[in-house]
Amino acid sequence: MIEIRDLVKTFHPGSVNEVLALAGINLRVKNGYFITVIGSNGAGKSTLLNCLAGSYAIDSGHIQIGEQDLSYWPEHRRASLISRVFQDPLLGTCAALSLEQNLALANRRGCRHGLGRGVRRVDRELFRQQLQQLGLGLEDRLRDPVGLLSGGQRQALTLLMATLIRPQVLLLDEHTAALDPKTAQQVLELTVKLIAEQQLTALMVTHNMRQALQLGNRLIMLHGGRIILDVGEAEKAAMSIEDLLQKFYTVRGEEFVSDRMMLV
Amino acid sequence: MSYFAFMGALEQGFAYGFLVLGVYLTFRVLDFPDLTVDGSLPLGAAVYAVAISAGINPYLSLFLAMLAGFAAGAVTGILNTRFGILHLLASILTMIALYSINLRVMGRPNMTLLGKPTVLDPLTNAGIGLFNAAPLLFGLLSIVGLLLLLWLLQTAFGLCMQATGANPQMITSQGVATSRVIILTVGLSNSFAALSGALLCQSQGAADVNMGVGTIVAGLASVILGETLFGCRSVGRALLAALLGSVVYRLAIALALGLKLGQFSVTPSDLNLLTALLVVAALSLPGLRRKVLRR
Repeated sequence: MIEIRDLVKTFHPGSVNEVLALAGINLRVKNGYFITVIGSNGAGKSTLLNCLAGSYAIDSGHIQIGEQDLSYWPEHRRASLISRVFQDPLLGTCAALSLEQNLALANRRGCRHGLGRGVRRVDRELFRQQLQQLGLGLEDRLRDPVGLLSGGQRQALTLLMATLIRPQVLLLDEHTAALDPKTAQQVLELTVKLIAEQQLTALMVTHNMRQALQLGNRLIMLHGGRIILDVGEAEKAAMSIEDLLQKFYTVRGEEFVSDRMMLV
Repeated sequence: MSYFAFMGALEQGFAYGFLVLGVYLTFRVLDFPDLTVDGSLPLGAAVYAVAISAGINPYLSLFLAMLAGFAAGAVTGILNTRFGILHLLASILTMIALYSINLRVMGRPNMTLLGKPTVLDPLTNAGIGLFNAAPLLFGLLSIVGLLLLLWLLQTAFGLCMQATGANPQMITSQGVATSRVIILTVGLSNSFAALSGALLCQSQGAADVNMGVGTIVAGLASVILGETLFGCRSVGRALLAALLGSVVYRLAIALALGLKLGQFSVTPSDLNLLTALLVVAALSLPGLRRKVLRR
């Protein structure tokens, strides 16, 4: 269970560039819920994810996962509860290290990294099995540097790494946006599969409204740093993209015509 | 080149080998340009000289020198990560501070080891001549250092070191505090630099507060020279290349110093110019080779 209360984040406070990115977010997510997050550019979607993961320090408010209040935990400490996949496929993996070394790091997420062997023999077998389910033939390339993989392969690997140890919360920040349509679809299918298998609690930011409606069992829309729409499973299933846009305009008025771009 | 000049170059190459391994660790693995070594190398020499003069066992003295170097590097790491000072500037600050500290450690600008026990005693007592003993011992020690580093880089912590340099965001989201890794790695690198200083102090018979000038250039030159000549495809290969680079660099300097062109002969005062030329050559060679091969 994630509980977010009155989350506020301002960029460049006190300067002419001051931006109120999150203007008091309140959100409760039950365990096992897969939420899709939409909103126009600058709505605060990525900021919300970054505040959850700890990349950005929050101004005020509370973030709680289960019983633990992690509002002021540093990013690396939150990694014991939260894992994430970035939009940039290069960010989630380390190019200089081999596949098995990357997986070994992920296999110790939130644990101590001591002077024991980085990749043990028992790990290798586990990694091979895990890679096999991707169906990309990566199980035979355990010792190849990750830098040799394509963007899609790296993103699939990042997903695997994010779920190798079951996270309390999985954050996906437009993680298919930088991939070609076919690869994006594969990575998305893998995402859905992993979330279903492990019954993960997940937040997925997307710009694709169809995706946002099809996937998950709850949808929230952000605008101006606030949640302006929160749709449950049943209501979401009955919604079309036009309905969603209509909702958006009634809540915000007609001033954001450019947001029709989100349709694409 | 005479046999003695050759063995002397080997001795220097291996003594500087630790420094070069340390520089490889910061520059290549951690992507942290660290100029602290200009101060931590003489720090190692100073601590070693003082310890030896106080009658402490030479090998224990080497270890003390390494501890001092580690502390110096850790200061740079803390300045960078905890106080947010740019890495280059943080290392320069520690470096100039170390100049004063080194003077304090010795209590004077230089110190000789005349008549004191040395790390070479076990070998010379066994009947090995001094000119062979030093390169032999330093070579053995630097190979041990290389193997230790190779092992370290394959451990879980070593993977964190590599990832911290290559992709800090990734390793942070795997739950590792990069600041801690940086402090430890820069510390380790400088403990190697200090060990080099101690060995050099041993081979020259004296510690001097100015012996660190240009250390980082020499270290970097050796790393690049090694990479150019021996490649760096795997971590093990890169470490070996760094160590061999150090030896080749010293051999090249020794060769150049013996150079005579008609009336003109190269003197030790030309050393800095030679170093700069060597680095330029090592940096531009790979690019030039690619251009020539394309034709």
